[in-house]
Amino acid sequence: MSALPDGPAVAPSDRVVVVEELTRRFGTFTAVDHVTFDVGRGEVFGFLGPNGAGKTTTIKMLTGLLQPTSGRGTVAGFDLRRDTEAIKRNIGYMSQLFSLYGDLTVEENIRFFAGLNGVPRARRDARRDWVLEMAGLTDARTRLTRELSLGWKQRLALGTAVLHEPPILFLDEPTSGVDPISRRAFWDLIYQLASQGTTVFVSTHYMEEAEYCNRLALMNRGRIVALDRPAVLRASMPSPLFELETGDGPRSVEALAGTPGVIEAGLYGRLVHVLVCDAAAARAELPALLAAKGIALVRMDAVEPSLEDVFVALVHASGGAVEG
Amino acid sequence: MIDRPAMVALDGLTRRFGDILAVDALTLSVGRGELFGLVGPDGAGKTTTLRMLAGVLRPSGGDARLNGVSVARDPEGVKHSIAYMSQRFGLYTDLTVAENIEFYADLYRVPRAAREARLDRLYRFSALGPFRDRLAGQLSGGMKQKLALSCCLVHEPAILLLDEPTFGVDPISRRDLWLIVHEMVAHGTTVVVSTAYLDEAERFDRLVLLHKGRSLAIDTAAALQAAMSAAILSVPVDRVREARLVAERVPGVHRAAVFGDRLHVTVEIGDEAAARVADALRAAGHVVGDVRRIVPTLEDVFIHRIAGAA
Amino acid sequence: MLDRTRLMAVIRKEVRQFRRDSRSLVLAFVLPIVLLVFFGYAITWDVNDIRMAVVDQDHGSRARALVDAFRAAKLFRVVATPERTADIRPLLDRSVVRMVLVIPPTFSKDLGAGRTAHVQAIMDGSDANTATIAIGYTQALVQQYGARLEAANGPIRLPVEARTRVWFNEELSSSNMIVPGLVVLIMMIIAGLITSLTIAREWERGTMEQLAATPVTRLEVVLGKIVPFLVIGMVDVAVTSVVGVLLFHVPFRGNALFLAGPTFLFLAGTLGLGLAISAVSRTQLLATQIGMLATFLPGLLLSGFMYPIENMPPVLQLITYFVPARYFLVVVRGVFLKGVGPGVLWGQAVLMLVYAVALIGLAVRSFRKEIT
Repeated sequence: MSALPDGPAVAPSDRVVVVEELTRRFGTFTAVDHVTFDVGRGEVFGFLGPNGAGKTTTIKMLTGLLQPTSGRGTVAGFDLRRDTEAIKRNIGYMSQLFSLYGDLTVEENIRFFAGLNGVPRARRDARRDWVLEMAGLTDARTRLTRELSLGWKQRLALGTAVLHEPPILFLDEPTSGVDPISRRAFWDLIYQLASQGTTVFVSTHYMEEAEYCNRLALMNRGRIVALDRPAVLRASMPSPLFELETGDGPRSVEALAGTPGVIEAGLYGRLVHVLVCDAAAARAELPALLAAKGIALVRMDAVEPSLEDVFVALVHASGGAVEG
Repeated sequence: MIDRPAMVALDGLTRRFGDILAVDALTLSVGRGELFGLVGPDGAGKTTTLRMLAGVLRPSGGDARLNGVSVARDPEGVKHSIAYMSQRFGLYTDLTVAENIEFYADLYRVPRAAREARLDRLYRFSALGPFRDRLAGQLSGGMKQKLALSCCLVHEPAILLLDEPTFGVDPISRRDLWLIVHEMVAHGTTVVVSTAYLDEAERFDRLVLLHKGRSLAIDTAAALQAAMSAAILSVPVDRVREARLVAERVPGVHRAAVFGDRLHVTVEIGDEAAARVADALRAAGHVVGDVRRIVPTLEDVFIHRIAGAA
Repeated sequence: MLDRTRLMAVIRKEVRQFRRDSRSLVLAFVLPIVLLVFFGYAITWDVNDIRMAVVDQDHGSRARALVDAFRAAKLFRVVATPERTADIRPLLDRSVVRMVLVIPPTFSKDLGAGRTAHVQAIMDGSDANTATIAIGYTQALVQQYGARLEAANGPIRLPVEARTRVWFNEELSSSNMIVPGLVVLIMMIIAGLITSLTIAREWERGTMEQLAATPVTRLEVVLGKIVPFLVIGMVDVAVTSVVGVLLFHVPFRGNALFLAGPTFLFLAGTLGLGLAISAVSRTQLLATQIGMLATFLPGLLLSGFMYPIENMPPVLQLITYFVPARYFLVVVRGVFLKGVGPGVLWGQAVLMLVYAVALIGLAVRSFRKEIT
């Protein structure tokens, strides 16, 4: 079967990405600090992190573009230090900044990337047809790429990234801006690839995409601060979360942030989400606090945290995001 | 909100590019101090609409009045009351943070006497203070957006037009940006924002759902969710992908989608559907958790509307 | 229409950006000098050192005297003395020599007998310019030699004698002709290139969309972009003029102030043209290409710099009236070489004023604060 959300644990021989104590320094600045994790075959692995977390640097090391300062790792069995060329040949990469040629047709783009990625000549026709079918573009093969809508372009980009049948695929915010229906269809494609054994490594700021992953790693300030399934992360929120409807959202945030017992206060639309140390204490104290500032409180409910709430709480707990 | 005077009023606003109708006779109005969303995926017409409102793109038909000034007849006149933040970073990467803000303060002729106080406030809000002398090109994505927003706010505009301000920005910086926007709204600024992130859209006062240049619905998120003519069931289940195929075949089910470790199943309103779906899944050998009816997300609303329109 | 605060803001921004862009700095300050030196040394119409061969079939003393006259001339350099006429062709084919002087065996005998002696000069015509000059000198040298022979037999009197004097460019040095023209040409290229980039570049980078949404007016943007480059251009003209005088010894007989006014107008107009080109080209690449076409080619071919306007067909002459470099060239050459002032040059100055206003107006009209 496949390593889907509630699948069995992955055997060591099936680990496609293994990193141990991976570190990268730039002068005195440590961008990636002794990071250790692994990703199994066919897993959809999400990689999140605020600004300055070290996400991009880590991915560059995994894709063979940057040498680690210390630590070790393998991608698709190839060593991160010694075999960077082999790594590049064995991964597929789909970036947010679009790399397809607008004035080539769908088929021409496929042919171009097949050549570029070293697909053996004998296999090219078969792979081309496979990608066209997978992406649903068989009828559109002679259309100019720039005429396709974003959703279809993403599917084509995905197709060109897997032409050479890489064991691991790196995606960078692949469905940002795409309409929800296309996004769901796209992720169906991802799951299909995963079930066929391709490991998918997704880097994103977009919580919706994070939800689609089997496991998520959250980085902050060069370290991994959380690594688990989305459901477990959501449930593991250590602190209770309250949603408040008040007469003045921004002023409420100002009033509540920094008061003892409040870990984090933020706006959620017109509503206020407050992360507290103790639920009972919060219920007792917060209304009074707001009343003292002349802010009306309409309601206060304990709510289930969204993945974003978890993200923000974890970043806060690990020292906050790096500024600048 | 209906009886507030309209700060931004669109009347049949249209824009064509060759054969493509990018914005199709859009009509809506935004009251003073309202946070209004243009919500829709790529190709919906959000950027085109905002560009027309900002007077940098001429409408093909229809008109819009911002603070009483017609955009079709007097695009330059509109610019005194607005601030526009383009989707693409539009500030000068080879000027420092302070130089960029000073430039925009001059363009809008912000009186010198007021500048120090305003700049102080802006630097505080945006946490850009320590980076005053850094070249804008060397800022992170989130900081760039905060800088762009600061340049928009330096002249305290009556109307703020923001084109996907949080696109590609990390969640922490996103929160900071929204905090600034909400502060402005609380002080009476009218804000028209576009976004493709449907989960962000739930925070707007009112929004228009756009799809391929047309408006699907204009209302508050809550009203849209309540008005949905179908129900969403959250079904925790194992082997979700296979479970989805089973669920979609159950009579009365419109569609089912994988959401991490559970299915969101769209059904006709009525309780029996929940039981039927659970039974069908169990019959197929799945382990099913507690099935609950949940409030539809805006994404559910959007998909339901498009599927309905199709 | 024109607000001082906004205008100064645009100027300040342009200056800051310019200072931080090394490419523009090189273009503005280093390139003019490099171009001046390079073209100044490379382009010269002075002809010297023409390689020639002599086939002396006479071997008499008078033949040798004639050959000596050629050896003494600065213009020629005898590099080969083949014995047979059959050897001539290969020397010319391989461009070892450009000219061959053949003195027939009957030369001395003819002279001794009082008959007219003939010598033959064969030219490589493939470089017509050099050949023409060589022919002229050859004939002059031969006639001089003939006159000396006659003079040896008694004084001779020529009925008409021409005494020529060259004014303004006494040495007929082509640098004196070229260098002022080069200053004009270089200014045109630089001014046109620099500004053909700026508006197009801002659209490409996305900063123009943002700027277009502000109340800044088109005139403010155009003037704001022109003023800094105007100052730079004036500095450039001053520097290249000084280099021209020092390096190429071009005389400067006029008053620098009389040069400043027309320079200001010429630059303003050319910058306006560059901006207009930038405004209608939405990509930098296109702007640069059109910029080159609109500034370099007319400047080189139609301004009177390389080819005199009077020699052009009437249609082209008409076109040159619309090439501002033409008027500026007259001013530059006038001030450098003739030392004339406003009394003579006022006509050109007025035309240049008209040109400056028209082209800046064109720039303002071409620049649209909207996405098309």
